[in-house]
Amino acid sequence: MALTLLRGMRTPVVARRNAGLFFTTLQTPLLSRFTTRAESARAAAHKSIQLATKEAAEQKTQSFEAVIGIETHVQLSTVTKAFCSCPYSYGSQPNSTVCPTCMGHPGTLPVLNAKVVECAVKLGLALNCEIATTSKFDRKQYFYPDLPKGYQISQFDIPIAKEGYLDLDLPVEFGGGHRRFGVTRVHMEEDAGKLLHSESGSYSQVDLNRAGVPLLEIVSEPDMRTGIEAAEYGAELQRLVRYLGVSNGNMQEGSLRCDVNVSVRPIGQSNFGTKVEIKNMNSFSAISRAIDYEISRQILLHKEGQADQIVQETRLWDESSQKTFTMRKKEGLADYRYFPEPDLPEVVLTSEYIDEIQNSMPELPEAKRRRFENMGLSMQDVLFLANDDNVARFFDSTLEHGADAKLAANWIMGDIAAYLKNEKLSIDEIKLTPLELSELIASIKNGTISGKIGKEILIELIAKGGTVKSVIEEKDLVQIADPAAIEAMVDQVLADNPKQLEQYRSGKTKLQGFFAGQVMKASKGKANPVLLNKILGEKLKANS
Amino acid sequence: MPPPLQAQRLLLSHRRLPSPHRRRFTAVSSLPSSPAKTVAAAAAHAPSSILSIRESLLSGERTAAEITAEYLSRLRRTEPSVRSFIHVADAAAEREAEELDRRIATEGLDAVGPLAGVLVGVKDNLCTANMPSTGGSRILDGYQPAYDATAVRRLREAGAIVVGKTNLDEFGMGSTTEGSGFQVTTNPWDDSRVPGGSSGGSASAVSARQCVVSLGSDTGGSVRQPASFCGVVGLKPTYGRVSRFGLMAYASSLDVVGCFGSSVVDTATILSVIAGHDKMDSTSSSHDVSDYKSELVPLDLLESKPLNGMRIGIIQETLGEGVETGVISSIKDAASHLEQLGSVVEEVSLPSFSLGLPAYYILASSEASSNLSRYDGIRYGRQVSGDDLNELYGGSRANGLGHEVKMRILMGTYALSAGYYDAYYKRAQQVRTLVKKSFKEALERYDILVSPAAPSAAYKIGEKINDPLAMYAGDTMTVNVNLAGLPALVVPCGFVEGGSAGLPVGLQMIGSPFSEGNLLRIGHIFEQTLQNYSFVPPLLAES
Repeated sequence: MALTLLRGMRTPVVARRNAGLFFTTLQTPLLSRFTTRAESARAAAHKSIQLATKEAAEQKTQSFEAVIGIETHVQLSTVTKAFCSCPYSYGSQPNSTVCPTCMGHPGTLPVLNAKVVECAVKLGLALNCEIATTSKFDRKQYFYPDLPKGYQISQFDIPIAKEGYLDLDLPVEFGGGHRRFGVTRVHMEEDAGKLLHSESGSYSQVDLNRAGVPLLEIVSEPDMRTGIEAAEYGAELQRLVRYLGVSNGNMQEGSLRCDVNVSVRPIGQSNFGTKVEIKNMNSFSAISRAIDYEISRQILLHKEGQADQIVQETRLWDESSQKTFTMRKKEGLADYRYFPEPDLPEVVLTSEYIDEIQNSMPELPEAKRRRFENMGLSMQDVLFLANDDNVARFFDSTLEHGADAKLAANWIMGDIAAYLKNEKLSIDEIKLTPLELSELIASIKNGTISGKIGKEILIELIAKGGTVKSVIEEKDLVQIADPAAIEAMVDQVLADNPKQLEQYRSGKTKLQGFFAGQVMKASKGKANPVLLNKILGEKLKANS
Repeated sequence: MPPPLQAQRLLLSHRRLPSPHRRRFTAVSSLPSSPAKTVAAAAAHAPSSILSIRESLLSGERTAAEITAEYLSRLRRTEPSVRSFIHVADAAAEREAEELDRRIATEGLDAVGPLAGVLVGVKDNLCTANMPSTGGSRILDGYQPAYDATAVRRLREAGAIVVGKTNLDEFGMGSTTEGSGFQVTTNPWDDSRVPGGSSGGSASAVSARQCVVSLGSDTGGSVRQPASFCGVVGLKPTYGRVSRFGLMAYASSLDVVGCFGSSVVDTATILSVIAGHDKMDSTSSSHDVSDYKSELVPLDLLESKPLNGMRIGIIQETLGEGVETGVISSIKDAASHLEQLGSVVEEVSLPSFSLGLPAYYILASSEASSNLSRYDGIRYGRQVSGDDLNELYGGSRANGLGHEVKMRILMGTYALSAGYYDAYYKRAQQVRTLVKKSFKEALERYDILVSPAAPSAAYKIGEKINDPLAMYAGDTMTVNVNLAGLPALVVPCGFVEGGSAGLPVGLQMIGSPFSEGNLLRIGHIFEQTLQNYSFVPPLLAES
């Protein structure tokens, strides 16, 4: 029954029913807070898995084609809830951010948070949608304990935005390629609370903190064909909402949730097959794997002549077994008895309002990617630099200070990215500034320091901050480019190592590297390596 | 005026005040010199209780505690037969009155609000923070809200004392107050009869002078019909004029918080306090609120033809089949009274009028089926435990909700169901648009429209309880006004035979959106010049 539905996260609870009014729980252990660093660590892991499942899926899909559509719920990071003035913060003590309105008490009325409309218009515009100058709210009615009013305030026949699309570039490791996926609609609605089920299953508790939190639901066209396409669609949406600042897009906290519809059909058939809904994926990698699993399952049924076993149902992705399982069969279409929400007036937007938002929009990932691409960067570089707003900003700022695009890209994607990954930091958490990175690049270019010294300085700057100039001076790292000085050092090294010099002369020319190393050591790494090798070569030749 | 009603009026002669001419109406021209200043005549002119309380406090003649004690004593005496209240907060009322007296003594009368010492009854579907609020439903037995409804809060801020929560048909669904989950309220004019509904308790409480004024709610006539049945003034403001925040929703697009008083002045005074935009209700209007009371002209300052130039339309469809002849003649008398006051009264036809009732019941039931979903036994109110979720829901709702409410939830659920939506809900909305349009057109030609507030006077308890269609038909005079969102004022205008002293009949006056000021002004003139009747129920005379 419904009580066993896994709608919220399952949490161990120690509590008793409180005065018949409410179910409360003690503080529950929280999932670790999500940050960008966790994301990048995971991204590395998920790519290899995705690659494997993709290949597996490709083999099985011969003569069949999958059709995938995604409904994404994005929780908006507004200060207050959609229809009351309660704050919301993930992980608060259960039922601590509630009021009579979001608890559905008698006599309470919703009052629309204007920020929700602003967020919806922003995302609608970012998704190239047509914005409705007049839209309205409707009630979607069903009974569930986490739905305080017995209906969800949503938008039914007139969404605030419709008929848009999303452009993205597939990662190079998956063959790359530009894709455009249609967006059917974007609408505003409110979130429900969460059920917390007891370990024994004998009782359940309701946490209404999340009830009334604003959501945008984004419905895609059934344009995706593979798990990776679907996952990248989700990832691009996540980037968009983060770029726009409308949501933290965090999947672990449920701020971004994707419900996926998958069907398969023989290639060439124009009708869609029976679609199955999959829920409970909390990463893009899981989305990709769940879809590829589901495609394989459905194709197998087709091939075994059991296509009738594919029924309209909701399946849950199980991470531990890497399979989908039936959650509930849909007996016909659920009748939500939508009707216009009489407590809220229509949402009427002026074209000035829409224009104002349009003009305040930041540069979006797609535009950024095209711009970076035009700088002559490879798609791999482009994706790395453009896909994280902070990285892109750092990169752009470095260029503004005069750095060469390719060199800046190399530093960011190389040493800086490695450092971030090791230290689990994001680029805006390090002490290095774009200005200093550009200084560093310039110092190497003009020969003040060697590339090797540059790497040392970089680590110093990342960890401790400061300027390139001060670090060079402080550590006396200016490159020795005076031929006389280098010659003196070479002479000294040759004089100090007569045995090796003799071996060199008897034909062991590989020892030039040894001498070079000794000179570099003597110069504390500051000798200009080109000059050093030139002088050393001449000396050895002259001596032999 | 046509005389055939004379015989009936004679039956009611004991309700009339001595009049030298035995005429139905005092000649308007004689108003200034009429015996208006005699005590008996003043009573007939529906004096303002609020004004008299204010004057008492100002002169020091009576304290708030004394005034409260007077009302509470009358309440205690009459309540066993009337049963207007689900909850009486007598101790709190006494405490608040004493506190008011202390403040008046130390800081003067200006330190307390304009409604200081005014006892208010509040319909129990309006939330009150320190009192139970049940909506008349067992499913909310013992429920106490965390907040005051905006209308209640504004009254309290003006110094009013909430004396208790009045009885109603469960969640406002009914026309008799027999649909309460707690008790049956009787009509102060005849305790074998219903007070009307759903705001029956609020109407009977004012009628029996258990409180000075009261708040009600009107979704399809729930203020106006009980006002008519109980012989009090009832106002249904324009939709959005008064915040609905804290009103337990029945049909959100029709619900309006309204008020009752024993005079138009009192009703106007209350409206000025409760009306206005509220940020907690997005459907509340920011249209200006005037001091309605100050626009009312006292009787002795009235011109001889105070309604000169005014055009009044009497709705043809409300004086036909199914309407008691006594009611029709009362309304026609009222119309001729309005004519004598200088207005032009003509019959007007609203072709879509008869469509309003079925459209209303579809829309109201549809919204109700949604609004009442929150009473699920999960978070508050009565919970019947079950082995699974459906048992918990089913048990709690089957046990907590009454018959009429269940019936409307079922009807509304049906009307909103896939495949039926277009035939019912959508069509009803189209009818609503037609009704609005026909009212708008009529109100372009006439300043106000008048009609009865109900097709009959108060009927017997139990008479229609098993005949919902007959009960629904009783709403035919009022539902169209809700569909159109218009303001309407009901003022007692006469009597029909029944009970020991006749049964009151109210005249409904309908105006354009936000024309409450005009309705109250006309209603006040009508009331002040209607000299032959007293609308104090026999219950009070008996003691």
